[in-house]
Amino acid sequence: MQDLATAFATALGLVATADPAVTGILLLSLRVSLTAVALAALVGLPLGALLAVARFPGRRAVLVTLNALMGLPPVVAGLLIYLLLSRAGPLGPLGLLFTPTAMVIAQAVLIAPILAALSRQVLEGLWEEYAEQLRSFGAGPWRAVPTLLWDGRFALLTVLLAGFGRAAAEVGAVMIVGGNIEGFTRVMTTAIALETSKGDLPLALALGLMLMAIVLAVNALAQGLRDAAAGSAG
Amino acid sequence: MPILRRTLLLLAAFLAWAGTATAQERSITVASTTSTEQSGLFGHILPLFTQATGIAVRVVALGTGQALDVGRRGDADVVFVHDRAAEERFVAEGFGGPRRHVMYNDFVIIGPAADPARIAGLRDSTAALQRIAAARALFVSRGDRSGTHAAELRLWQQAGIDPVAGRGQWYREIGQGMGPALNSAAAQDAYLLADRGTWLSFRNRQTLKILVEGDARLFNQYGVMLVNPQRHPGVKAAEGQRFIDWLVSPAGQAAIAAYKIDGEQLFFPNADKPEPGA
Repeated sequence: MQDLATAFATALGLVATADPAVTGILLLSLRVSLTAVALAALVGLPLGALLAVARFPGRRAVLVTLNALMGLPPVVAGLLIYLLLSRAGPLGPLGLLFTPTAMVIAQAVLIAPILAALSRQVLEGLWEEYAEQLRSFGAGPWRAVPTLLWDGRFALLTVLLAGFGRAAAEVGAVMIVGGNIEGFTRVMTTAIALETSKGDLPLALALGLMLMAIVLAVNALAQGLRDAAAGSAG
Repeated sequence: MPILRRTLLLLAAFLAWAGTATAQERSITVASTTSTEQSGLFGHILPLFTQATGIAVRVVALGTGQALDVGRRGDADVVFVHDRAAEERFVAEGFGGPRRHVMYNDFVIIGPAADPARIAGLRDSTAALQRIAAARALFVSRGDRSGTHAAELRLWQQAGIDPVAGRGQWYREIGQGMGPALNSAAAQDAYLLADRGTWLSFRNRQTLKILVEGDARLFNQYGVMLVNPQRHPGVKAAEGQRFIDWLVSPAGQAAIAAYKIDGEQLFFPNADKPEPGA
């Protein structure tokens, strides 16, 4: 219990003093995970919408695969990206290993299937409601994708937040492809792992509390945006 | 579609934001061990090097075996580790070098204050291991091909014991770094071999303490090598060599000697002396 109290006190102290090292780590966490969500959304949401409207042989197999990929272990995603980006790997000449860009790529790979699978689920329900109407406008499945994405935007926000939560919380992938380099690729989760291994459990827990607070803030902000948008639309 | 344009704009802004961190001054990547990073040594000496040369150093801290592998793949410019046999193999295979010895400290055998195997105060580290094995007292092994793991396996061999026979019972290989191994030993009152630097900076000790130290067999030498730029053209050879030259220079050696925790010196520079056992 005393460790927990120390952790809270440490977290408050870090926030109060706006410790520049911790602030840098926090901002990098946000930057990497938000960029990864944006990148993954670019692929995942249209794919999800397409799978919601399209009917083709083998669709069930694709859906099962996509759902299974939601459970892709971060450390496996990290390892795959590591081998691709390593100097000895096919994309080695780009020199991206141990950079924030590599971390963005790894997290995007990790969460794109989540965004695709969840948005498929959400948009399929919407499509069932609208299919008749959209068809009467002469819109085929392909043309329906942007409309579906737009009309489902509020539900898709929750999907994006699920992806962001997964990205911000994972440590396995960013540790491998980022290398946890101080001041360069150290993010909240790898910093927590580091402080734990140094035996500074209260500081590790304090960083964990800060990470949870940030994730909460992002979710609250998204909810606020959604409410504001819904209000102006209604 | 306004949403598409907005999304693209947002994405462009994000990517620009994410990209800012990669545009940096001159820098090198050093694959090193958890002991040098977690003990705080790098935090002390690297700013001095950067100040002197304008070259930023990015440290990826891994076990020695993994750090050498990162060098083999060309993903680091310099490798700074502590397992002489593995380092000499790395050089012999043409992955880098020449190897320069930089500094040393020592390993210590750590265990619970209750000391069920009664090794406290022994000078002979192999005798201590024999007692631990005879008592079947819990022993945490790094099990991760690190320099400390290699040193531990050498000690068992010199003690004439095959600890693998106790695998899953009293001998526990956790496959993790020094810090996690110390956490694990602290949680289950186990013995383990640790480098003194990580031990001194470790906070979650519970009842753990140093039980055996000072044996010549517990000597721990650190060496540094440039990754072979002929094999990996991406290696920043000039900057990497400057880092190595600085480490073995009087300025670098003095910086290493000046690093202390609670008044205790963690690493002892010895680049200007013949390497012990050479």
